[in-house]
Amino acid sequence: MSDVAFWILAPLLVAGALGVILSRNLYHSAYCLAGVLVTTALFYLALTAPLVAAVQILLYTGGVLTLVVYALVITASSEDAGRWRRPVPAAVLALLVFVVLAGMLRGLDASGDPLGGLDDGAAAGAALFSRYLVPFELLSLLLLGAIFGALAIARREERS
Amino acid sequence: MTLERLLVLAFLVFSIGLFGVLARRHVIAVLLSLELMFNSVNLAILALAWHHGWLEGVILVLFGIAITVAEVAVGLSLFLLAERVRDTVNVDDLSRLKG
Repeated sequence: MSDVAFWILAPLLVAGALGVILSRNLYHSAYCLAGVLVTTALFYLALTAPLVAAVQILLYTGGVLTLVVYALVITASSEDAGRWRRPVPAAVLALLVFVVLAGMLRGLDASGDPLGGLDDGAAAGAALFSRYLVPFELLSLLLLGAIFGALAIARREERS
Repeated sequence: MTLERLLVLAFLVFSIGLFGVLARRHVIAVLLSLELMFNSVNLAILALAWHHGWLEGVILVLFGIAITVAEVAVGLSLFLLAERVRDTVNVDDLSRLKG
């Protein structure tokens, strides 16, 4: 991935992430999250994985955002009332996690040129339906279970 | 060089999301911050896969995205139920399961 692409996309990603946690209006948060997800999809494109980018936009941005906005529409309050809860410990902990994670990079072997070549998705698709067929089918079971679970939980109780 | 930059970026977004999970009050705001964290993990996985040419990274990210979608569906329905039964959207008021 080129330097230019990185330095255009990285500020967008960070700005979107800050928008998600800083906006009081939750619709704005959701739209900022959409920006973050699309920017990540562009990162995936630059990282030679167009299949993942397509899935990211279709499933993640399309599916998740639709669900969240729909939940906001039928919710009474889409404003986040009041200030942060425990902002200082939260900020300290988040900073600590960042420092620890960044410190782990020192042990990283990032030498040599990136190999890339995650290619056009054909190899990933073939692997998905041969070597990883069982996990793939389990995943479809999981999604089915999630649909039934969501329906069962959110269903309004009928009392006669 | 580029791999390190990508990982630092993913860690930064992860930390921002962690702060949101801990500090926001609205349940959906917490859920959105959680999505931010999931997303940065996926970015880190794919950056490593890209650097080392691992096809498995692509599969892992695809699975992760699908699991996240299932998680959001169940999470939102739990939120709608909690809002209806307890009449609140604030995580501080949803503390009945605390011992």
